[in-house]
Amino acid sequence: MAKKKRPLLDQLKEGKYPSFVKEMEKMAEKKPAVEDHLNLLERSYEDKTVHWKHGGIVGVRGYGGGVIGRYSDLGDEFPNVKEFHTMRVNQPSGWFYSTETLRKLCDIWEKHGSGITNMHGATGDAILLGTTTEHLQPCFDDLSANGFDLGGSGSDLRTPSACVGPARCEHACFDSLDLCNHLTQEYQDELHRPMWPYKFKIKISACPNDCVSSIARADMSIIGTWRDEIRVDQDMVKEYANNGKDIEGILASCPTDCISYDTEKKEINIDNENCVRCMHCINKLPKALRVGKEKGATILLGGKAPIVQSAFLSWVIVPFMKLESPYDELKDLLERIWDWWDEHAKVRERVGELIYRKGMRVFLKEVGLEPDARMVKYPRANPYIFWWPEEVQQND
Amino acid sequence: MTNVAKTDIGPPLYKDQLPEIIKNNYGQWKYHEHVKPGVLKHVAENGDELYTVRVGSPRLLSVETLRWFADLADKYCDGHLRFTSRHNVEFLLTDASKIDALIEEVEAEGWPVGGTGNSLKNLIHTQGWIHCHSAAIDASGIVKSVMDDLYDYFKKDDLPAKLKISLACCLNMCGAVHCSDIAILGIHRTVPKINDEEVSKACEIPNVVASCPTGAIRPNPKKKSVTINEEKCMYCGNCFTVCPGLKIMDPDNDGVAIFVGGKTSNARSGPRFSRLAIPFIPNEPPRWDSTVKAIRNLVELWVENARPGERYGEWIERIGWEKFFDMAGLPFTDKHIDDFIFSVPTFRSTTQFKY
Repeated sequence: MAKKKRPLLDQLKEGKYPSFVKEMEKMAEKKPAVEDHLNLLERSYEDKTVHWKHGGIVGVRGYGGGVIGRYSDLGDEFPNVKEFHTMRVNQPSGWFYSTETLRKLCDIWEKHGSGITNMHGATGDAILLGTTTEHLQPCFDDLSANGFDLGGSGSDLRTPSACVGPARCEHACFDSLDLCNHLTQEYQDELHRPMWPYKFKIKISACPNDCVSSIARADMSIIGTWRDEIRVDQDMVKEYANNGKDIEGILASCPTDCISYDTEKKEINIDNENCVRCMHCINKLPKALRVGKEKGATILLGGKAPIVQSAFLSWVIVPFMKLESPYDELKDLLERIWDWWDEHAKVRERVGELIYRKGMRVFLKEVGLEPDARMVKYPRANPYIFWWPEEVQQND
Repeated sequence: MTNVAKTDIGPPLYKDQLPEIIKNNYGQWKYHEHVKPGVLKHVAENGDELYTVRVGSPRLLSVETLRWFADLADKYCDGHLRFTSRHNVEFLLTDASKIDALIEEVEAEGWPVGGTGNSLKNLIHTQGWIHCHSAAIDASGIVKSVMDDLYDYFKKDDLPAKLKISLACCLNMCGAVHCSDIAILGIHRTVPKINDEEVSKACEIPNVVASCPTGAIRPNPKKKSVTINEEKCMYCGNCFTVCPGLKIMDPDNDGVAIFVGGKTSNARSGPRFSRLAIPFIPNEPPRWDSTVKAIRNLVELWVENARPGERYGEWIERIGWEKFFDMAGLPFTDKHIDDFIFSVPTFRSTTQFKY
């Protein structure tokens, strides 16, 4: 059969940046589904709209999530993408792969699906893009036999993800990879069997640089920090100075003006009590400045994209928590939050929206957290103060 | 009988995926340096050196390319590699003398090395027309077009600060873009079309009614369907997510909105949302010329005017948003003023502003 011409997509094979169209064409030779996928996409480019239908319920035995059903609305015209489901494969913490592991994944996916992937999806999973309903179970069987498992989808715990952490970063304030793996393993049931009001995302960054943007993208954002003093290596300060580094210029951006440079001694002095641990000076002078030694994380809650009450950035609920395996304090908190949310939330209400509806006051009391001035940017300005019944004298 | 697949085994253990040098120096890194654009050097307490070569990828990768990455990792990196949260591929080398050969081999095949330090980071994005049912815009095609145009900013690291551009193809924001330096967002602008028959067959009416954040949806018992108050609808598409009978895609009216000034790191200033700069640019496949041009203008304005170290939003906060609209030559319209539930704190309640 003659190949269809794709004049619009062909224009996306030009230019310097790697072309996704070329990636698809690499598989189209072997996979009729990818040839149809390209032709369907060309039609979308002509029509300026999607040609995928609303999802359908498909999956593998024993799981309620991990597979996104996808059907084309032009299935008669493009029969090889009539069914074209996505499988989410849980990534190793930090997205590290041995080539052996990566090749196994490639072989399984070439055998059972399109051979097209996303490395990786926004949640963190390796995305296997496009297969038929009948291939789902055999594909999962092969994945499982080779040490892979599916990630989350629907109203469940979504696949947690983490920054590179102590594997390759001197700023790591706790072991983000181990915590990510630990929570993923501990909550396999919550991850694979949707039974909550809506999705719950956990993202883990091991320092305030928040390289996985957990504060914007996760219901629970776990962000590394420290409580004691920034460590200063004055010899390295001198080395930077002697190499012409604009130390004063860098320190001028300190948000609390708590750091100064002695030009004569070529030394950095820090008023640590006024440091807010923003990472700016450490980022710019990593040889000379290091995070403190008393390390842990700030736990924040409620972050989400706009649907439906607006986007929220996560809010501080625990200013500082030590994070060491087996992470009992964190898991205990997480489970109290899930219980409260599960009991009170409406369908498709994220935990941040529930807190907004019920009030932070109620949330803190019911999950057993003490209010802390670090939880707010400002205290209340309005006078509508709620009191618990025991705090006022009861009149008969 | 065939064996039943094991469930709930979780992902491959990360420890088994790490190269030797990382196993040996786990948690023992001392500092890092930027060797050159796309190349990082991490030094451990014991003096071990690890070099990272970062390669940009379009996220959508064939298994053929993944196998090629594996071949490269076998040749140069003792059989290990990693991916980043922004879809880069990172090759981890212990032998500095191999860096240039690796870069040459990668770039000869058209894969760019860059994206470190004060550079344009790889564009994170969503599925778009490739595989989504509610996309207002394509993802991969716009990303490709923008990255082709801004390619040199990925390859160099002399921007005022890092620059993160992100794309989400509808406001579900599977790729949460709302805190990016520049966010490209697919938006719908018209009310969902009610297919009464499909609504009555496929949708739970109470769920559909409850899904609407503005209370625009009411039951229509006669047709076992719903009605939509057009004046209240804000085109979020949440009802379509719960009900396929309320199709919101509209090829004539869907398109791109551009938001600027967000960030998620805590460095200097805290995390913040991106804010609306350009309310609408039509879909222009295959190359989205107007979108590409608008983004280039926004980037160049920041490059020319920001102080060293200032992220996009930090620069705007310093000069003021009114000044930003002037300098960018962007009209400020009623679309730029928030009118949803958290709008009031965004109104100006001071006489301090600029002309």
